[in-house]
Amino acid sequence: MSVITYRQALRDTLRAEMVRDENVLVMGEEIGLFEGSYKITEGLLKEFGPRRVKDTPIAEEGFVGAAIGAAMLGLRPVVELMTINFSLIAIDQIVNHAAKIYGMFGGQTSVPMVIRTPGGGGQQLGATHSQNIELFYSFIPGLKVLAPSTPAEASSMLRAAIRDDDPVLFLENLGLYNSKGEVPDDYAEPDNDNTATIGRAAVTREGSDITLIGYSRMAAVATQVAEKLAEEDISVEVVDLRSLRPLDRQTFVDSVKKTGAAVVCEDDWLTYGIGAEIAASIQEGAFDYLDAPVRRVAMAEVPMPYAKPLETAALPSVESISTVIKETLSAVGKRVG
Amino acid sequence: MADTAKPKSGSARSSGTRRRTSRKNTSSGLGGEKPEVLLDHYRQMLFIRRFEERTAQAYTQARIGGYCHLNLGEEATVVGLMSALKETDYLFTNYRDHGYAIGKGMDPKRVMAELYGRSDGVAKGWGGSMHMYDTATRMLGGYGIVGGQLPLATGAALAISYRGGDEVVMCQMGDGTTNIGAWHESLNIAKLWNLPVVFVVINNFTGMGTTVEMSSAEPDLYKRGAAFRIEGERVDGRDVLAVREAASRLVERARKEQTPFLLEAWSYRQKGHSVVDPAKYRTDEQRDEARSEENDPILVFDRQLTEAGILTDELRDEIAASVKAEVAEAAEFAENSPHPDVSTLFDYTYATPVPNESRRMPADPVFAE
Repeated sequence: MSVITYRQALRDTLRAEMVRDENVLVMGEEIGLFEGSYKITEGLLKEFGPRRVKDTPIAEEGFVGAAIGAAMLGLRPVVELMTINFSLIAIDQIVNHAAKIYGMFGGQTSVPMVIRTPGGGGQQLGATHSQNIELFYSFIPGLKVLAPSTPAEASSMLRAAIRDDDPVLFLENLGLYNSKGEVPDDYAEPDNDNTATIGRAAVTREGSDITLIGYSRMAAVATQVAEKLAEEDISVEVVDLRSLRPLDRQTFVDSVKKTGAAVVCEDDWLTYGIGAEIAASIQEGAFDYLDAPVRRVAMAEVPMPYAKPLETAALPSVESISTVIKETLSAVGKRVG
Repeated sequence: MADTAKPKSGSARSSGTRRRTSRKNTSSGLGGEKPEVLLDHYRQMLFIRRFEERTAQAYTQARIGGYCHLNLGEEATVVGLMSALKETDYLFTNYRDHGYAIGKGMDPKRVMAELYGRSDGVAKGWGGSMHMYDTATRMLGGYGIVGGQLPLATGAALAISYRGGDEVVMCQMGDGTTNIGAWHESLNIAKLWNLPVVFVVINNFTGMGTTVEMSSAEPDLYKRGAAFRIEGERVDGRDVLAVREAASRLVERARKEQTPFLLEAWSYRQKGHSVVDPAKYRTDEQRDEARSEENDPILVFDRQLTEAGILTDELRDEIAASVKAEVAEAAEFAENSPHPDVSTLFDYTYATPVPNESRRMPADPVFAE
């Protein structure tokens, strides 16, 4: 095992897949000469040249659509959208085309492509650059949506996404790029076939008092919450959703059946958010096991402000999640440390 | 040689009126083409006319559902364009795609079955009128979202260029498409990356009911590639040989020079935007113009071939009868094709199966016991 950043896991896995398969090319704004706004494509232009590392104009609809068309002819483009906020310019191509082409034409052609893009607030980027709108894509049959939270997941899930024949929205997170974690020593080898299973969640920490469910940055935060509460003798089981579509409901429902209580933490807005789907699934799948209502900890429902105190207040935190967990446990009469 | 329409001075049309082109200025003559080729074009045009008439009839009988946009009046444009492509070339179109599907080589029976939503349809009943697609003939789709096909066609050309192939992509669209963002983004990318794609604008002077002058600040649409240094030209879409000549030339240049081109074809939509559109926004004069004999490409071509002694009364009757029989056969095939089985509902959501794909019917619980 070696310890690397989430950024390096992505970069090295992307490189390995390009070495492995000539059909893999990367496209996006500032990914070549500039080496990526967040340096995920560092060194790739130098190694693979402009044929396989295509700097695009600022034209998200145009180049995402071009990637779809290229995928229809069998290439496996990996597109970088600088942030998920800019995906809105390409949403017609993603939702009306990438997601539809396989089914709408009766399964005659698949669209093997990946759209990599970071979400995440907390960087003082203001209202238009701090949104978590992965829900828009998680809502759409025909798309697959992945949201890794650790370097090891980032690597095995990106590999799976590139080798999958369907369009995958691959959600990264600005707040995770510098986070570190263990990866297998061969994570960057082109012949590494360690691919994550798309459509599977994971219990990343076992516990017995309550289930805490998150994805992407919030899955990492959930682990911190569990570690902190362990010091207070509260046993939190953490479920990392990992795949937002397909959604692995059974894994978190089984966990709730064991613990009897659940809190969802999410970086998106609460109303109609991903947590709403999780909570609805829990009530349908584990109604008789629930000792308290499912609570959601989510972003305050405002356009994200720039000023640091306002931004910090708007986002879920280890503290706010811990508070809600304690409130939930109090409600069920369990001892709160 | 066919001679494509040259831009005319003072060509901006005044709002709400369409400029008539004089046939004298744009007619190509028969250019010494072989009679059998000319007759084949004639038959294909007539076939699309009769196929679309049959489609309209089936639609009014509720055998065909959804939106339904016909190529009536555009037969010379469709046949001219399709005869410029090799079998290995790719085609992307908008939703007015039936004629193109047939022209690119799809079996008309399976096109009609798709219109009927049957299991023998080209897309097994998943696409319908707007979404004809066939891998074998490289018709890579009719698309229902205006402009949606442009980035895709550009990307297909990128894949060709990436592999060093010698195929060309043709991307058809209507006049209204030249105002959407995807137009600008795609033409820019196609030129920047030197991609072998020919963008074809079918200018029938109205996007649904909105005239070109109401929607395009530059109504001479073939000029609109200039911002991207893409050469454009305009052709008389009523003239099958003129269209074929212009399209062939641009397709072959795209193939050889590895760069995009733009072709605008003026063509008349005889009926409304779709089968259910009575086109009340047209003045009587505009309607008469769209349906005039002068602007009916089949009548004009018929006259040309007759005057040249190529089309005799006997031959005309023979072609008409065989077209009629083949269209009837397509309709019968569609009529007899089974509806898709509901058990196939979840077969085409994903190409790579993964765990936890939803197979839930509307009234099913989320967790099946």
